[in-house]
Amino acid sequence: MKKLICVIIAVLLISGLFVLSFLGESNTEVDVVDEKYYENDFKGIELNVFNWGEYISDGSEGTLDVIAAFEKKTGIKVNYTTYESNEAMYAKIKSGSVSYDIIIPSDYMIARMRTEGLLKEIDYSKIPNYQFIDDRYMDAYFDPENKYTVPYSVGMVGLIYNKTMVEEEPDSWGAMWDERYKGNILTFNNSRDAFAIAQFYLGLDVNSTNKADWDKAAAKLKEQNPLLQGRVMDEVFNKMEAGNAALAPYYAGDYLTMADVNPDLGFVYPKEGTNIFVDSMCIPSNSKNYEAALMFINFMLEPEVGLANAEYICYATPNTEVIDHPDYSLAGNEILYPENQDEIKTEYYHDLDDETRKYFEKLWEEVIIN
Amino acid sequence: MTKAKSGQVALNAPYLLWAVAFIVVPLIFVAYYAFTTADGGFTFQNIITFFTHKQYMTVFWRSMLYALWATLICLLIAYPFAYCMSKVNMSSQRMLMLLVMLPMLMNLIVRTYSWQQILERNGLINKLLESIGLEPVQFLGNAGVIIFGMVYNYLPFMILPIYSSISKVDKSLLEASNDLGCNAFGTVRRVILPMSLPGILSGITMVFVPCVSTFYISRQFSDGNIKMIGDVIEDKFYRSSVPDYNIGATISLVLMLIILISLAVVNKFSDGDDESGGGVVI
Repeated sequence: MKKLICVIIAVLLISGLFVLSFLGESNTEVDVVDEKYYENDFKGIELNVFNWGEYISDGSEGTLDVIAAFEKKTGIKVNYTTYESNEAMYAKIKSGSVSYDIIIPSDYMIARMRTEGLLKEIDYSKIPNYQFIDDRYMDAYFDPENKYTVPYSVGMVGLIYNKTMVEEEPDSWGAMWDERYKGNILTFNNSRDAFAIAQFYLGLDVNSTNKADWDKAAAKLKEQNPLLQGRVMDEVFNKMEAGNAALAPYYAGDYLTMADVNPDLGFVYPKEGTNIFVDSMCIPSNSKNYEAALMFINFMLEPEVGLANAEYICYATPNTEVIDHPDYSLAGNEILYPENQDEIKTEYYHDLDDETRKYFEKLWEEVIIN
Repeated sequence: MTKAKSGQVALNAPYLLWAVAFIVVPLIFVAYYAFTTADGGFTFQNIITFFTHKQYMTVFWRSMLYALWATLICLLIAYPFAYCMSKVNMSSQRMLMLLVMLPMLMNLIVRTYSWQQILERNGLINKLLESIGLEPVQFLGNAGVIIFGMVYNYLPFMILPIYSSISKVDKSLLEASNDLGCNAFGTVRRVILPMSLPGILSGITMVFVPCVSTFYISRQFSDGNIKMIGDVIEDKFYRSSVPDYNIGATISLVLMLIILISLAVVNKFSDGDDESGGGVVI
């Protein structure tokens, strides 16, 4: 009898889970600008998409499941995989062991991949929705002739602080060297971003190829060591949300996510300047499904898809149709689209030559291993 | 005769193939990268760089030291535990065994991550301390907490082999020891301890080896501040903007050598104890 009851309970629980999973099923219906465009004979082919983690609307909490919607609309099967850094993605593409059809690198990585011949030119005539891209993001230094990239998302680094733990609201990177916050300061666990903070603070060029500049920045970082709680990347969400640290530099869009959880958090673009980045969709040169890749890019630019992605990622979007969309909850957000945008000093990272990179990585090792 | 032999070869072939593809070939890759420059030329420079580089040596000795401490602490906790476990009645033994094994059914990363949240500045323990009016403690970010993390994660690997070798000791030997006038302490020291040596040795290897190559625990428990050798390997392949496979492979090779040496040492000690059956499990 006891056994029977156990079995019944187990069955009920499992079926309950099934029902729940159906209830939570996400949205895969989407209205597109031109339904005809997606008529194709690609049925059954597989498109390999390689994107940052958490960088696409994935259908959680009733949002649009972009990948599933694309598969449904076109019959193309998408193999979706993610990476954690430009460098990790680059290493995979460079090794040539896998062929991807879509990647979404940042500016400086695009510059490197372009010069190394790892990217294919994009046929914009096959991407009608390209017209929605804001002119501000055209002619960027990493793609001066607009041949290889379709901007996807834009972000800036700022300083996140916990209002209950700082004595006055910071306006400078200097706060990251403030003795009062000893043990409560987090920084990037990534050489380029961590160096950039010291470089902005010292008024040095983040794209300097002068070794003495990097030495100065490294000395500044060593000074910071005893004050640090740690070097983190995505762990910063938990840390700041739970109030475990007072200061952390991170991306503006991610601050919005954290501030939803912890309203004590504040955000500032420090006066010395900060890093801006544009992540763009590109097609690697060893892509095997060029035409389908173009279709995917066009789909990502659909106003409704772009809207879902912009809402999900919380970064600024280069898609004008999304910015003007009546349903866009972040339109006019003062962090993503600051009114004084042109007054904030911003720098793109440029791709540095091998020697400089090796040099600062060596310095970085001296900073972090002690 | 030959027919039987060829049959045997055919039966073994899949396993051999497996071993070559997934053990030998990757090892060759590691060795290849360790002994070549970025352009593919042969060199010993990577090895020299590793052993003369101040930062790498710091990390290397730190890893050894932490792993030794963790192994020692595991042994000190595990032996009495395993001994007591073998003395209680059968159903309690099964229960204790289940309790030891249970955390191992959960992924190491999940367990480590949960502990990090518990030990955080605003974590469970500090919340408790604050609620009874005490000052919060900074648990994370020091050597002690990393060693704690290793002990916590690898303790079962020490308990299980020791328990299994203690419980194999013939009861009549203990009775004999008693009858011949040995007290309880003497019995443990003169009979049980020597006979459970194979279990201790295999426990030591099973704890030391994963400890010395630890990387995730140190990163989570020190917020990336205290690097161990595994962290440096990860950085070399994965995080650096100029991935250096050659040095990365060299460090991996050195790590493998340490592991092989520690296995050899332990095997040497356990020689001649074959009858008692314990031996090195790995």
